[in-house]
Amino acid sequence: MSAATEVVRADLRAAVRRRKLSDRLFVLLGMLILFASLLTLAVLFIDLVREGGPRFGWDFFTNFPSRNAARAGILSAWVGTCLVMLVTVAVAMPIGVAAAIYLEEYAPKNWVTAIIEINVTNLAGVPSIIYGLLALGLFVYQLNLGQSIVAAGLTLALLILPIVIVATREALRSVPRAIREAAYALGATKWEVTADHVLPYSTGGILTGMIIGLSRAIGETAPIITIGALAFIAFLPTSPVSGTFPFVSFTWLKDPFTVMPIQMFNWVSRPDPAFQVNAAAAGAILLGMTLLMNGVAIYVRYRYRKKINW
Amino acid sequence: MLLAALVAVFTTVAIVYILVSESLPFFHQVSLHDFFTDTMWTPMFDQPRFGIMPLVAGTIVTTMVALCLAIPCGTIIAIYLSEFAPYRLREVVKPALELLGAVPTVVYGYFALQMVTPFLQKFIPGLPGFNMLSPGLVIGIMIIPYVASVSEDAMRAVPNYMREGSYAMGATRFQTATRVVVPGALSGIAAAYILGISRAVGETMVVAVAAGLQPNLTWNPLESAATITAFIVQVSLGDLPHGSIGYQSIFAAGLVLMVTTLVFNIAGFVLTRRFREVY
Repeated sequence: MSAATEVVRADLRAAVRRRKLSDRLFVLLGMLILFASLLTLAVLFIDLVREGGPRFGWDFFTNFPSRNAARAGILSAWVGTCLVMLVTVAVAMPIGVAAAIYLEEYAPKNWVTAIIEINVTNLAGVPSIIYGLLALGLFVYQLNLGQSIVAAGLTLALLILPIVIVATREALRSVPRAIREAAYALGATKWEVTADHVLPYSTGGILTGMIIGLSRAIGETAPIITIGALAFIAFLPTSPVSGTFPFVSFTWLKDPFTVMPIQMFNWVSRPDPAFQVNAAAAGAILLGMTLLMNGVAIYVRYRYRKKINW
Repeated sequence: MLLAALVAVFTTVAIVYILVSESLPFFHQVSLHDFFTDTMWTPMFDQPRFGIMPLVAGTIVTTMVALCLAIPCGTIIAIYLSEFAPYRLREVVKPALELLGAVPTVVYGYFALQMVTPFLQKFIPGLPGFNMLSPGLVIGIMIIPYVASVSEDAMRAVPNYMREGSYAMGATRFQTATRVVVPGALSGIAAAYILGISRAVGETMVVAVAAGLQPNLTWNPLESAATITAFIVQVSLGDLPHGSIGYQSIFAAGLVLMVTTLVFNIAGFVLTRRFREVY
């Protein structure tokens, strides 16, 4: 072998080594950025828990907001959040699932369907505060619902509708054709096929979508501020159940309210550091709830994926 | 069921109708020329001025800061997950990354105000408590998963034979990723960026909490300012009578916001469609 080829070979080896090095460097960089972002989330959560730690206790959950930071609690906030979510689920679930079934199973391929699909895609990208303006103009003033639980629930329902529709459609789509065809072959109608076969198989996916939608709704602040929800509410809405006939009352729907993220925003925007501790505690609870719901959604998806073998 | 599906159409129509009908009286009083050229936005003063520019500038600055963080990080994560990461890791990391986008925005606001700003103040002496840099960075963190997952989808859509062709020519993974996969997925990656912009523009609570609420015509991220979204929040916090000019001004601001995000969303939508059709 001549000296010249030896030199060329060494050059080649050096070049290959350099390129392999860039491979490894990139892997390092990728992992670094990935874990840095995940670390941010961990740091945020730990810090909220640490800062808000002194406020965790029974009192925090059973006290109304107060001018005295140490005595202020989130009673009206968490009750409000629960009631608003109740309205949101009651509205978004049936409408979202029905819309998805229509688009996936029934819709003919025509311009009406195309318009609906474009609208769903578009709505998913509309900033949440715009929904707040819609609610302010439509629910609060034109429909005269006022700054009530039902107005907030409807707003959040519209907001998460695209999420529910998209998730449900994906779940429906993942049911194989063979199942539908087998049912049709036995003489089932389209509705029977959908209700008895396709829907049960997609429960997991639909539930996942609903939980993710709710976890989004629970943390939404901007649209609720826009409809003008008060931040200082030191009373509870009317109880939905009562001891006297007719036992169930719906007056709470029209009651003023506050929710967790609003309460937190109210505390964050006060200059007094004592309130920042409350904000951290409320934030830890809010973030914990969001993470929990997302965890449940991932778990449900995983379980159903394992359980069903086509 | 058709009715349920039509709710989506109804919502869009209602949004447009409400925004336009509520801001029409506003534009009767304020000319479009003033609206876009006046440099002061003071709807609550005795002598109100209605120039949207300070709010637009605030929005552009925070969005730019967010993109400076989210685009490089999001793209690198996407390339890493789609081309380098082992299958197992990807299955675990992707849902975890999505959590970053699921954090309630008001919590991110607290994060920006109470943690990021004090941290930045150690490096940038004289940084005011309210500034646009810190919320911009936090919005960037928030949209990283969004940019990463849309661009990863685009890269995954590049067919495997293109990668194999590149490997067969002796290219390394990094070369294949940067010279074959990324150019092949370019329209999808562009869509990811554009959708990310639209998210950043519409983000509300982080800036409302941490950027201050004073409209301020500046391009310096170290100063405090208000964005379009933050202004809407600020006005909503007060008790404005229905029909007053202040009340109408939030719908005018909302209309500007809606049109901006709509343009970005449509551009993103067209681009994602294109990358799906190429292969």
